[in-house]
Amino acid sequence: MTVLEAREVVSGYGEVEILHGVSIKVEEGEIVTIIGPNGAGKSTLLKTVFGLLPCKRGKVFFGGEDVTGKSPQVMARKGMCYVPQSDNVFPSLTVQENLEMGAFIRRDDYRPKIEEVLALFPDVLERRYTRAGKLSGGQRQMLALARALMLEPSILLLDEPSASLAPNMVELVFSKILDINRSGVAIVMVEQNARESLKLSHRGYILAMGQNRLEGTGESLLDNEEMGKAYLGG
Amino acid sequence: MVQAIVQILITTFVEPLTKALRNARERYPALFDILGAAAIWLIFAALVLWAITSEAQLVVIGIIVGSILALGAIGLTLIYGIMKFANFAHGDTMMLGAYVAFFVLTGTVARTAREDTELPWSIGSLPGALEPIGKLTFGYGLIIGTLVAAVVIALFLVALNHLVYRPLRKRGSSIVVFAVTSLGLAMVTRALMLIIWGPDPRVYVSGIHIADKYDLGFTTITLKADQIFMFAVAIVLTVLVYFLLFRTKLGKAMRAVTDNPDLARVSGIDTEQVFTWTWVIGGALVAVAGVLLALQTQLNPILGFVLLLPLFASTILGGIGSPQGALAGAMIIGISQEVSVGIDLSIGGLEILPLAPAYKFSVAVVIMIFTLLVRPQGLFGAKA
Repeated sequence: MTVLEAREVVSGYGEVEILHGVSIKVEEGEIVTIIGPNGAGKSTLLKTVFGLLPCKRGKVFFGGEDVTGKSPQVMARKGMCYVPQSDNVFPSLTVQENLEMGAFIRRDDYRPKIEEVLALFPDVLERRYTRAGKLSGGQRQMLALARALMLEPSILLLDEPSASLAPNMVELVFSKILDINRSGVAIVMVEQNARESLKLSHRGYILAMGQNRLEGTGESLLDNEEMGKAYLGG
Repeated sequence: MVQAIVQILITTFVEPLTKALRNARERYPALFDILGAAAIWLIFAALVLWAITSEAQLVVIGIIVGSILALGAIGLTLIYGIMKFANFAHGDTMMLGAYVAFFVLTGTVARTAREDTELPWSIGSLPGALEPIGKLTFGYGLIIGTLVAAVVIALFLVALNHLVYRPLRKRGSSIVVFAVTSLGLAMVTRALMLIIWGPDPRVYVSGIHIADKYDLGFTTITLKADQIFMFAVAIVLTVLVYFLLFRTKLGKAMRAVTDNPDLARVSGIDTEQVFTWTWVIGGALVAVAGVLLALQTQLNPILGFVLLLPLFASTILGGIGSPQGALAGAMIIGISQEVSVGIDLSIGGLEILPLAPAYKFSVAVVIMIFTLLVRPQGLFGAKA
């Protein structure tokens, strides 16, 4: 079943159009990576899907329902969560409070969920009552993932989860993403770290100049010659 | 001629000094943060230590003034932190709160420049409403008046938020537009007070108020029961705000919006709702502050604007967005301001004369400038 579909999406910042009709599809339980050069519109696509940027033309379907132009609050309620690339935790709030804010729209008792989510990230669990601003870069990224899991989403949008992390941390973050995916959450991520992310992805899309360039399974894109030259550094 | 000399003095002394300071701060940021905070605390501690031995009475008054400032400064710092603009209307809103309480208590408005009209009925006509409670000068009438004022001011600010600030946000206006708009609203508020209650100062309760003497061992101070009440109210309300911010879901959401409004929205927090509650809390606090200010001094339409300066100095000194900072900042500004009129020292041949009371607000400016130089993020503020 298709969880998420973006059909011929046109979007951008103000007057500037960045996406000129991009389409992607995410099936249930998939990890889909979107790669492409700087300015290709990868982050813009995630932001438009999540309702942070207006969708000028085209449609977004989530679970078969047309959600084009819905606000982030509505998307979060429907089970889609988004982790921005930077500034993705509340620095002056403690780890615990960050997770409570992740569950802000839940009306039920979310305390068991906090325990469950923290159990996934032992590094962060240890620093539960520390202000998030004092965490290391990797721990922050973990906390950002944990925050997004508080609503038990059916799909997670991750904007460059490995950006500016130390190599061993990148590995750890990717393994956590795989764990989350195995628990049944579909994942769409934008990545600069194309090789590593394609390895763990079911499928990938390559965008260039705000348009679809290539798509295929993770392995096929890794083997693709054109792709190799352009984005994987030979 | 004088101008030329000042110009030379600035280029030869002040500019190299500020430049050196800036360079040093860029090179050793952490060290400078600590030194800056230490400098502020040490200077203040020295001032208090000296003042408590020779001018204990002024320190006490400073604490009272600080308590009143704190209630205003907390609202100001919350609005600044959450909505990211300097609300120049906060001082006048404070005074409006005092006048609303006055109106509820006495039903009085100005008819002509020197004549008042009284409504046939007001809270003050309730039996015993003006009967002083214990050693206080006022009765339960003023307490009801204060509560009504808190509600009225909160609603007034929520209405302004919907009518004025929300359309500006929808249009994506810059913070400068917000600040200038609030300045306009400040003038409108002040004009309203002048029209309704006239320019002459008023008081809640007239007559001579007797102050009690307290023996502290090394010195005696005099204190009115009203002033103890002011201090108690300020502390209780500050503690309540602290609990709200750190223990409730709404308060945590307010802190989250202060940290990062975009991430708050992404998490599903309704930021408009958080803004509304911020105006409610800020408005209620500043209305109470206005009543306390009028009790300590008088009701006067221009007083609110005068107090804007120490209010801003308190928030900047404490660190914008930090309620505990606003309390600390307000106490430091309040005490320094009051004590400054008592300083009478002679060190070596140098004579330091007391400041004329009319100039005491300038102390707040000096502290504000000093803070911006040595610790721009304030005592409790997060680094920008």
